[in-house]
Amino acid sequence: MAAYIARRLLAAIPVLFGLTIIVFLIMAMIPGDPATAILGSYATPENVARLNRELGLDKTLFEQYVIWIGNLFQGDLGRSYTLNRPVLDEVLERFSATLILAGTSLVLCSVFGLLAGIVSAVRQYGWADKIITLLVLVGISTPSFWLGLILILIFAVNLRLFPASGMYAIYGGSDLPDLIHHLTLPALTLSVVATGVIARLTRTAMLEVLRQDYIRTARAKGLSERKVIYKHAFKSALVGVVPVIGIQAGFVIGGAVYIETVFQWPGIGSMLVTAISTRDLLLVQGGVLVVAAAYVLFNLFADVVQTLLDPRLR
Amino acid sequence: MTDTTQTVEMKPKRTSARPGTLALLLNNSLATGGLIVLVAICLIALAAPLLPLADPDVTAPVDRLQPVFSDGHLLGTDHLGRDLLSRLIWGTRVSLAVGLSATVIAAFFGSLLGLVAGYAGGRVDTLIMRGIDMVMAFPYILLALAIVAVLGPGLLNALYAIALVNIPFFARNIRGITLGLSRREFVDAARLSGKSPAQILFLEILPNVLPVIVITMSTTVGWMILETAGLSFLGLGAQPPQADLGSMLGEGRKILFTAPHVSVIPGLMIFALVMSINLFGDGVRDVLDPRLRAGSLTRPVARTAVERGDAPVPPPSGKGGVLDVRDMRTEFEIGGSVYKAVGGVDLTLAAGECLGIVGESGSGKSVTAMSIMGLVPTPPGRIAGGAAYLDGEDLFAVSDRRIRKLRGSAVAYVFQDPLSTLHPLFTVGDQLREAIGTHQPLSAAEVKARAIELLSLVRIPNAKERLSAYPHELSGGMRQRVCIAMALANDAKVLIADEPTTALDVTVQSQILTLMNGLRRDRNAAILFITHDFGVVSAICDRVAVMYAGRIVETGRTNEVLASPQHPYTAKLIECVPVLGEPERRLDAIEGRPPVVNNLPDGCAFADRCGRVRPECRSGEIALVISREDRGVRCLYPLNTEGAA
Repeated sequence: MAAYIARRLLAAIPVLFGLTIIVFLIMAMIPGDPATAILGSYATPENVARLNRELGLDKTLFEQYVIWIGNLFQGDLGRSYTLNRPVLDEVLERFSATLILAGTSLVLCSVFGLLAGIVSAVRQYGWADKIITLLVLVGISTPSFWLGLILILIFAVNLRLFPASGMYAIYGGSDLPDLIHHLTLPALTLSVVATGVIARLTRTAMLEVLRQDYIRTARAKGLSERKVIYKHAFKSALVGVVPVIGIQAGFVIGGAVYIETVFQWPGIGSMLVTAISTRDLLLVQGGVLVVAAAYVLFNLFADVVQTLLDPRLR
Repeated sequence: MTDTTQTVEMKPKRTSARPGTLALLLNNSLATGGLIVLVAICLIALAAPLLPLADPDVTAPVDRLQPVFSDGHLLGTDHLGRDLLSRLIWGTRVSLAVGLSATVIAAFFGSLLGLVAGYAGGRVDTLIMRGIDMVMAFPYILLALAIVAVLGPGLLNALYAIALVNIPFFARNIRGITLGLSRREFVDAARLSGKSPAQILFLEILPNVLPVIVITMSTTVGWMILETAGLSFLGLGAQPPQADLGSMLGEGRKILFTAPHVSVIPGLMIFALVMSINLFGDGVRDVLDPRLRAGSLTRPVARTAVERGDAPVPPPSGKGGVLDVRDMRTEFEIGGSVYKAVGGVDLTLAAGECLGIVGESGSGKSVTAMSIMGLVPTPPGRIAGGAAYLDGEDLFAVSDRRIRKLRGSAVAYVFQDPLSTLHPLFTVGDQLREAIGTHQPLSAAEVKARAIELLSLVRIPNAKERLSAYPHELSGGMRQRVCIAMALANDAKVLIADEPTTALDVTVQSQILTLMNGLRRDRNAAILFITHDFGVVSAICDRVAVMYAGRIVETGRTNEVLASPQHPYTAKLIECVPVLGEPERRLDAIEGRPPVVNNLPDGCAFADRCGRVRPECRSGEIALVISREDRGVRCLYPLNTEGAA
């Protein structure tokens, strides 16, 4: 098992390198002169030339990449010109806020999605199945940014149960109840789509598994239906669902961009949106890179969990 | 026989009028509903220039933030006094156009990449797919954001970004299908006839891939509309004064508390659009991909449904066996026709006895075995009549709780393929301990000791170490021994073995047979042994019952039946067993196929394949004639009668 994890970690290294290349290339493909873009169209040619030299843009693309990746290894992602602070500091600070939000959502959607999927499969064609199937359809068709607004209208404006925004103090000063108070609405909103996707898949996986010969064996042994479903069938279904949860992590992190904007959550998504409109491209680059790397690592984790569940994959 | 005539009438209807794609689609009421809403939205959006709408971009500060249903503004106005209804319809137009364009672009480039990668294979495939993997390593929306960051905010740039991040989905799906297709015969034929790769790709493969492209499009278009709306909502897509549904929502958000309708309305429209597309898309997928069609995946319940029309047959008086099956009938209802898999079977099994049930596949022998403990999947199966008595207790009448208690303890099963019948994710020890612990109140240590004892009993070497092995780590013979150990865990009175040796090679087969035979002698268990192989029957069974088309056609002591078969079908089956040293022996399978059990002919079911058939064989009910105590045959003109009499 340890050897397998080591193998998987090694295999992730080229992917991570690939990520840096793509992120680097995207930023290198900016149309026009980046120095002019940063300095504005009124910049003098001397200033543009100097900034180009400072940014290393007078070198070849390959040299630029080598320098960039060298800096990356030293934890230097450049400096955000709008915030006037190192990109890495800002990105890591924001990313921890996103992790709290996305992590909570991922737990919520996994729990609710798996439960709904199981119930739906076990009560196939019954009322519970029909209601869940309909809710799933509604859930994956609802724009999450709109759902966030509706929830704010209901729970923040009318019922005054939860705040609409105001999560500023993730770093120090905030206690757990306050965090939960602020986290509830955005985390729920963010988990809706992924819950639907996971529920749908779990239902299909359970139905598929319940037809297998080894389920008949379990019944022939005289096991209770609860054991047949929650032990024998669920474990097999989970093997298929875990990688999907890994993929959903990507959608949850992506969806966080909307939800953080709607609820003014101080995470990396809202940072990216601001950075894009202010053309703070180094900040965009750093943010995208860190989130993408985290996503790769999370999928690695999902792979390992899947392998732990299924000895045949080892 | 009313059932038979009904199915005969139904058959041509189903084959001649195979419903078309559209008809199937319209059959699905949800998909139809989605289609209607979608068409309505599209028509209104298309007709926007013709409708008597206010100019969507004309501001009227005096009329700002009018509520819904106000005069002249059905849906009210926004913060600049612009008519919301008009903006909604024009915005829908933009959102639809952008979403559809993004889908078409992604489908075009993604499918092209997938086709080329799948067809070319080798290095081209590796190169393309590694690139695709790399793009997919990004969280989807994040990549779109990065692209917009580079290209700059704008509707067209958002469109490109969303299209680009969706290319991998198409490429992956299409590549998989293309890869399979490019190895098929028709592609080889095209290649040999001198067609160029481009011709093969676009004329031979593309038409076959098209349904997959359509499915992928129909399942992603809703998503792409959502995502482009999302980018506009963030202010990165449509720029004022141009508006799509997302940017309307984004503008409305700023005045959410004072005028919620400005943001609620465009959101509802996005929802209606995406929901209708998803409903319709699911319908399209179900029609084009029958594997996923709802209903094809029906969950079997814990116990076979019992729907006995007539009063259950009373238990045999006097000396009954440990297991008595009386006139058992099991049916499957599939697509409106009833398949009578078991059409009235009688069996008696005494303690310590081994009864073989022999027949071709489809003869109903396995269903007979499964029916006894209610293991036939419902739906579609049901027990339609008869009874099975275990020591005088009607197994079809007892409670679910009782049957669960009897399963694995009084009656245990060994199934055919030990790889698929053992759970792949639990160790052999887990599964064995579970079998013991379910029926015996033992401590964990006692259960473990018993598990080791059982594994040794079925002659598995290193029993203790094997407990932690997973089924895939064992050989086929070892796996079947584990299954037998599980069946023996609770000293069952009746062991039902459904082709336990069919998946094994001959040497292992004889070892398993010797093992089972020994266990029967030692423990006085009764064995019901299902097989298609008379060779196996002669090795282990005291008596044998031959099944054909769901009924027993001949029964008797094994050596008598083998020596002088009375039913022509039995004779043919015995002829199929190869004998060492007789190479000239005819081994051809019996000509023809068994009748389909949803449409059984009158009279003898074997008549069509029988060399001795006479006109009388094709009418009326042919009874199982018991000539002596345990010798019976269902034939009007049996063979070898003088020998048996």
